[in-house]
Amino acid sequence: MHVVIPYVVGALLFGLGVYGVLRRRNAILVLMAVELMLNAVNLILVTADVSVRSALSGVLVESWAAPAAQGVAGPTGGVFALFVIVLAAAEVGVGLAIVLQFYRMRQAVITDEVRLDADADEERVAG
Amino acid sequence: MTVADVLLLALGVVAVGSGALVVTSSHLVRSGFYLVVSLGALAGLYLVLGAELVAWVQILVYIGAVVVLLLFAVMLTRAPIGPSADLDRPALPAALVGAGAGLGLSALFADAFRWVRYPAPDPATAERMGEEIFGAWVLPFEVLSILLLSALVGAIILSRPDLAAREGSS
Repeated sequence: MHVVIPYVVGALLFGLGVYGVLRRRNAILVLMAVELMLNAVNLILVTADVSVRSALSGVLVESWAAPAAQGVAGPTGGVFALFVIVLAAAEVGVGLAIVLQFYRMRQAVITDEVRLDADADEERVAG
Repeated sequence: MTVADVLLLALGVVAVGSGALVVTSSHLVRSGFYLVVSLGALAGLYLVLGAELVAWVQILVYIGAVVVLLLFAVMLTRAPIGPSADLDRPALPAALVGAGAGLGLSALFADAFRWVRYPAPDPATAERMGEEIFGAWVLPFEVLSILLLSALVGAIILSRPDLAAREGSS
């Protein structure tokens, strides 16, 4: 297979995610664009697994890097992709909690209207 | 062009197309559903690339949990059903930065990997992934479990109004 196809797809998805984060004003849509970027990185990690591993076939990796695989490079990119998926789940959980709490305080989800210098006591009363 | 290449191309077109619709659609809910299509196409790409476990985890966690969570948030913030006019900032700077990042990275990858054929990998089944995770990457795995726990506690504390009110009255 030609690994350049998934690499380019990942790069384009990352660009779309950057565009979405900068363009969108609604906080939930910003989170969706962040998900797109994380998925682009995942795709590139999994693809790197294919290309790097086939380039390294026959090469003994360091024993500390893959003690379980008896000298054969394991699916490290896939493991990293799993870790990124876990991070994304944690990120979206906390992010949505923040968005919902902000909506409860201000009845708005527009990121432009977040006043960073707002009075803290006033916020607590409103919440 | 082998079968794998055709599959990669088709799924990639679906992923990028629906990803573009995610960031341009003026319906909040439709953005969420296009995100489902994009993530599903990505899971297909993982399958073609031989990462079975990652594909199924992608479907379980992303489509099953993350998108549902996002749609819950759309409902809880009382988003309008129809198209919304105030979702976007002016397009030009974002388009410049996004196109620069996407096309620049694409050019970099295309230059680095050319049109070279790589042998199809042996599938990364759950058994091999498990050996790798619990062999070489145990410590990051445990750190991630602590991170998930703290994210859980943080989300609960953030979303409980009585905790915030008690702190404010004291």
